[in-house]
Amino acid sequence: MDWSPIWISMKTAGLSILITFFLGLFAAWRVVCIRNERWKALWDGILTLPLVLPPTVAGFFLLYIFGVKRPLGRFFVEYFGVKIAFSWGAAVIAAVVMSFPLMYRSARGALEQVDPDLADAARTLGMSEWRIFCRVLLPNGRSGIASGGILAFARGLGEFGATAMIAGNIAGKTRTLPMAVYSEVAAGNMDRAFQYVEIMAIIALGSILLMNYGTFRADKGRRQR
Amino acid sequence: MMGEDGILLEAEIRKKLRDFQLEVSFAAGRGCLGLLGPSGCGKSMTLKSIAGILAPDEGRIALNGGRQVLFDSRQRISLSPQKRRAGYLFQNYALFPNMTVRENIMSGLGAASGHRRASQRKERAEEMMERFRLKGLGDRYPGQLSGGQQQRVALARILAYEPQTLLLDEPFSAMDAYLREELRLELAGVLKDYAGASVLVTHDRDEAYQLCSHLVLMKEGRVLAKGKTRELFQNPGTWEAARLTGCKNISPVRRLGPFRVKALAWGGLELETDQPVGEEVCAVGIRAHDFCPLSEGEAEAWEGRPGANRIPVGKPSISEMPFEWHITLENGIWWKKEKDIHTHDAAGVIPPWLRVDPSAILLLKGEAEPTRQAFL
Repeated sequence: MDWSPIWISMKTAGLSILITFFLGLFAAWRVVCIRNERWKALWDGILTLPLVLPPTVAGFFLLYIFGVKRPLGRFFVEYFGVKIAFSWGAAVIAAVVMSFPLMYRSARGALEQVDPDLADAARTLGMSEWRIFCRVLLPNGRSGIASGGILAFARGLGEFGATAMIAGNIAGKTRTLPMAVYSEVAAGNMDRAFQYVEIMAIIALGSILLMNYGTFRADKGRRQR
Repeated sequence: MMGEDGILLEAEIRKKLRDFQLEVSFAAGRGCLGLLGPSGCGKSMTLKSIAGILAPDEGRIALNGGRQVLFDSRQRISLSPQKRRAGYLFQNYALFPNMTVRENIMSGLGAASGHRRASQRKERAEEMMERFRLKGLGDRYPGQLSGGQQQRVALARILAYEPQTLLLDEPFSAMDAYLREELRLELAGVLKDYAGASVLVTHDRDEAYQLCSHLVLMKEGRVLAKGKTRELFQNPGTWEAARLTGCKNISPVRRLGPFRVKALAWGGLELETDQPVGEEVCAVGIRAHDFCPLSEGEAEAWEGRPGANRIPVGKPSISEMPFEWHITLENGIWWKKEKDIHTHDAAGVIPPWLRVDPSAILLLKGEAEPTRQAFL
């Protein structure tokens, strides 16, 4: 059995959740800070878009942006000598873009649920907005933020459509577990597909249990004090 | 409206709200200024505007006789809440649940309050905990404290950085009744020692009377009346102000003569006043405690005398409170009569007649004629 899809999947999901987590959290904070309701709705719409688009359509857009003949893609090739499309980096980009809305929306909900009086009190106490974010909003919204992270990780791990569009299905390079399952089934190797499915299910369940345990501990700790 | 030390805070605020236009202006010297009004009249909005949490559409807010401008729409000045150094006590205290009592108190300390070093901040926090009887609670979290302790932490957190204004938003509304009295006294002590301007928002007239030397009465975003607390309670001026200061009996009147009115809400009862009734008087008010009972004999003796103001009791409805009878006369007038806790029988208490002294009748003006509806 080829073990590379497992390694590639873990690598991709791991790096992409790292990026998505902080990017989504930061975006959520900035959107929460917008006072104008119209701007808020507009930004929210843009940042949520990948969630409502079919993954292949999102992948198509990514290909359109990062394709070698497109301005951005060409820029990367000419200045850094990096081809983005159909590389492992493309798989990470696809996972980040597709999992971002889940992180962003959960984090935004978590931040908005923190009693607005707390932030106002912090302001009258002279705390800077950044300090309020770190010392008041984050600690009091952490369980919601953590569950956003779980969702985003699961979404990144299972990413298929956009990855297929921009990263392709290159064995040993961009073939993640979901891709491998698809390829084996397409080739009629049901037994091998089944092995990948088993591994996928174990990894998914294991990581979710791990993170759930983490948030459960965090919640319990808070209630006890 | 100022004490000996002159004006410490002046505010002129206009802001369009969903249901009405907020339009208030007042000035405060030493001694607490109360904003008294029903819920949703814009008093919290006013307080938040002073703290900088909300921005008024127009107006001016300044401290220390106008020398320090916090907000001025014409000069396009609007300091951030961080720079206003206001001590804002929130209704639910807004303690940070993720920080200990000590950390909460230290959260407002920094270079701006002259506590640059961590050791200075810690020392100041200990000092405040001592002052607010929180010793030994420094490592607890707000969730582990009683309501009274939480309020003391919130006060300690504010006073630790010596704020320029003290803004108190309904400080007792989230509190059990038995704690309220004690904490009011405690807060009265804090307010007495405090040298800056302080503003208290409340809908409770007892709280306003006890804690505030001056009052602004508000309704639907407007100022109904302002002045010294005791004078406002003695002579509210308008029927809306009379109601806010807790006057239970208000009736629209028809003027019968220079000292005589007919109370339309109380079955056409005719009353004599000791103040001349001007054309602009549209209502009278009588406080529920200001009646004296008359026996048949006494009532006969009063008959025909000037200023008798006899009121037939008729068939009253009676409700028992621990230390008072609440009696509603047949004509709708409210009368409160003191009793002791052992008395439960109202039979001997209800006289056939009441009378009200002409001096106890409040002559009231008002923008709109009070309708019967307005008092229900």
